[in-house]
Amino acid sequence: MLSQLQKKLLNDFQQDFPLSPAPYADIAKTLGVSEQEVLSALQELKQLDFISRIGPVFPPNSLGNSMLVAMSVPEEQLQTVAEIINQFQEVNHNYHRENRFNLWFVLIGNNQNHLHAVISEIESETGFPAMRLPMIANYFINLGFELDWND
Amino acid sequence: MIDQQDLQLLKTIQHGLPITSRPYAEIGKQIGLNETEVIERIALFMQTGLIKRLGVIVKHQRLGYTANAMVVFDIPDHRVSEVGESISKARFVNLCYQRPRQGKQWPYNLYCMIHGKSREKVCQQLQQLIKSRDLDPYDREILFSKQCFKQRGALYFTPSPSPLSVANG
Repeated sequence: MLSQLQKKLLNDFQQDFPLSPAPYADIAKTLGVSEQEVLSALQELKQLDFISRIGPVFPPNSLGNSMLVAMSVPEEQLQTVAEIINQFQEVNHNYHRENRFNLWFVLIGNNQNHLHAVISEIESETGFPAMRLPMIANYFINLGFELDWND
Repeated sequence: MIDQQDLQLLKTIQHGLPITSRPYAEIGKQIGLNETEVIERIALFMQTGLIKRLGVIVKHQRLGYTANAMVVFDIPDHRVSEVGESISKARFVNLCYQRPRQGKQWPYNLYCMIHGKSREKVCQQLQQLIKSRDLDPYDREILFSKQCFKQRGALYFTPSPSPLSVANG
């Protein structure tokens, strides 16, 4: 079970992490606990895999380029095709979704030409055509993820 | 724009800050900067928008947000940015992008992501979104995720060739 302190840490520090020499001590002061309590709570959250890290989020496409790709693959071949795709280091994530286009993955790389080359390679290795969906505009302002503890 | 030391710093912090008393000093030690320099450079990255936010990055799936749907809409071109901006303001929406239509096989141009604790909750939130933004006339599809084959934090600074060119990409 998560402690009240851990819930607060998860919810309230997704942005504006203190840029001060001892940020965890500053957080502790805000919450009225000790620095050691904050450090232990966060270390435990990390160990239990509730947080991936405390760090920066980069805006999409300002550094590196990304491309969403969709494929339509017969269900019985999905696992094999997904494994081929996952071997490419440019592939950041890869999901099976409920749709006629049932495999959705995102590539990240240095530039669009490189990404197109990787996608062509994926097409020839898997034998399935890839629908390429580059980003035209981003409307999302990332303020972190709102957590609801009530249900 | 960004120098070699900035790049070193970005490469180091993308994996996360140490959870120890003086994290910035520790990062600095690894790359030959002092604590103040590390803090000032990160502050500058944030000011210039190179970093969007700095903080705790939660794993929502581990926290019970197991239903994850990508919703795609076919919005008339003249309305797409207005609708995109409006949808993004809903607190349960994560990510909202315009992407090119792919002819008849995939006529959608607006994509958003909704994470929820259950399928029902996600559907409810989608209905709320459709109603409040008058999106009912537009074609849409909802794509729940069934299985995750791969998911890793975005590593933008990989050892691949000429990372500096990335900034202009």
